[in-house]
Amino acid sequence: MANYSTNEFKSGLKVMMDGEPCSIMDNEYVKPGKGQAFNRVKLRNLRTGRVVEKTFKSGDSLEGADVIEVDMEYLYTDGEFWHFMATDGSFEQHGASQEALGDTIKWLKEQDVYLVTLFNGAVLTVTPPNFVELEVTETDPGLKGDTANGGSKPATLTTGAVVKVPLFINIGEKLRIDTRSGEYVSRA
Amino acid sequence: MTTSWQPTASQTALKARADCNRQIREFFHRRQVMEVETPVLSVAAVMDPNIEPMQTSDQRFLHTSPEYPMKRLLCAGSGDIYQIARVFRRGEAGQRHNPEFSMLEWYRVGWDHHRLMAEVADLARELLQLDESTDVLTLEYQQAVIQYCGLDPFASTDQQLEALGIECAGHDLQLSRDGWLDVIVSHLLEPALPQNTLVFIHDFPASQAALAKTRRNHQGIEVAERFELFWNGSELANGYHELTDAEEQRRRFELEANGRPLDEHLLAALAAGMPACAGVAMGLDRILMHRLSTRAIADVLAFDWSRA
Repeated sequence: MANYSTNEFKSGLKVMMDGEPCSIMDNEYVKPGKGQAFNRVKLRNLRTGRVVEKTFKSGDSLEGADVIEVDMEYLYTDGEFWHFMATDGSFEQHGASQEALGDTIKWLKEQDVYLVTLFNGAVLTVTPPNFVELEVTETDPGLKGDTANGGSKPATLTTGAVVKVPLFINIGEKLRIDTRSGEYVSRA
Repeated sequence: MTTSWQPTASQTALKARADCNRQIREFFHRRQVMEVETPVLSVAAVMDPNIEPMQTSDQRFLHTSPEYPMKRLLCAGSGDIYQIARVFRRGEAGQRHNPEFSMLEWYRVGWDHHRLMAEVADLARELLQLDESTDVLTLEYQQAVIQYCGLDPFASTDQQLEALGIECAGHDLQLSRDGWLDVIVSHLLEPALPQNTLVFIHDFPASQAALAKTRRNHQGIEVAERFELFWNGSELANGYHELTDAEEQRRRFELEANGRPLDEHLLAALAAGMPACAGVAMGLDRILMHRLSTRAIADVLAFDWSRA
């Protein structure tokens, strides 16, 4: 990969920092009255999501990170890997480890499309769509006439995820869930 | 293709710049300081190794400040002078930096840096539209670093400075003692200075003297008679009790030149004799940014670097 100098650092550039692929969030040039110029840079570690601040001497460079983002459809799991296929017609497939999946494992549904981040050709992270529709497999029986009070109860979905739902929801119903907050939105 | 022909500054910002220039000219007219103009293009380059000049195809350098020719005027007996100059520094681009920017520089014959700091405060109050009662805080560099960074910049060992610097930077940058001090000052000192206060820091380490006189302070430590003005986290001005010793100046230039041509005109002028004086450079774009409460230099430039 190419090297990028501090004056080429801009938001979204993917670089290697301490052996980890990172995305640059912010880059500020700092020049004391007399003395060395610096760049104060905010980077997000693409594996952990953690944000770090580092200062560089102006003109220093970092190696670019081979990171690409691809829309992929979830196919199946063999117990060790979760397999995805590109939706661009290339039929390219990649297997994600449980570590790479992280919390997204709670929202995996066959044939849904996920944003897969590849680092050096391997799956680094999998980002779910903002909303998924999943079926309830387990919850206490629905209570009629309690739609107004806003009481809630836990419900288990096909993926194993547990979400809080209104009391009137029954087993077998399809629900729309916001994956960013993990909250119930509506009946699907 | 879309072409951004429009200005990056608003009409209000353009007007503020015009007002600011007028205020400066009135300020110095009242105080009988003469406006001068000196060449933008010179055969000699700036010596400061941390400033990179731009060069034209016919081997002239664009000035990075009007300091050298203004000092030649002082040596020739000009008396008190000021200049509003557009200066150029390669690579200095960022949210708060533009490679071409506006600098106000002035010299006061017979003054020292303390007297000049008082005048800088007077002008800063006018340009920033501050009350007469705005606080002014004057701190020695050593005192300020001890107070805000928790370490003595003179007594600490190289290892102690490096350890704190690495903590600030997040990793080892392989810097000199002065380099680490710059990291520490910009990460810990500048953001911690009191708000809405004109803060002057003076008596810098002698190794950061640039073109300032040095002396032994009350503790016997050699310090540079140099000051910087800070306002709400940004540096607005840098001034010196000027070095007038031609031999010492040549020695400092030769240490820093790094292949750039020395300004022999300036050295000859100093040898002929420069009056004791104090001088300061003020960043006008920064002043305007504070006046208009914006964090982006593009907002105060008719056309920023990307649209120039």
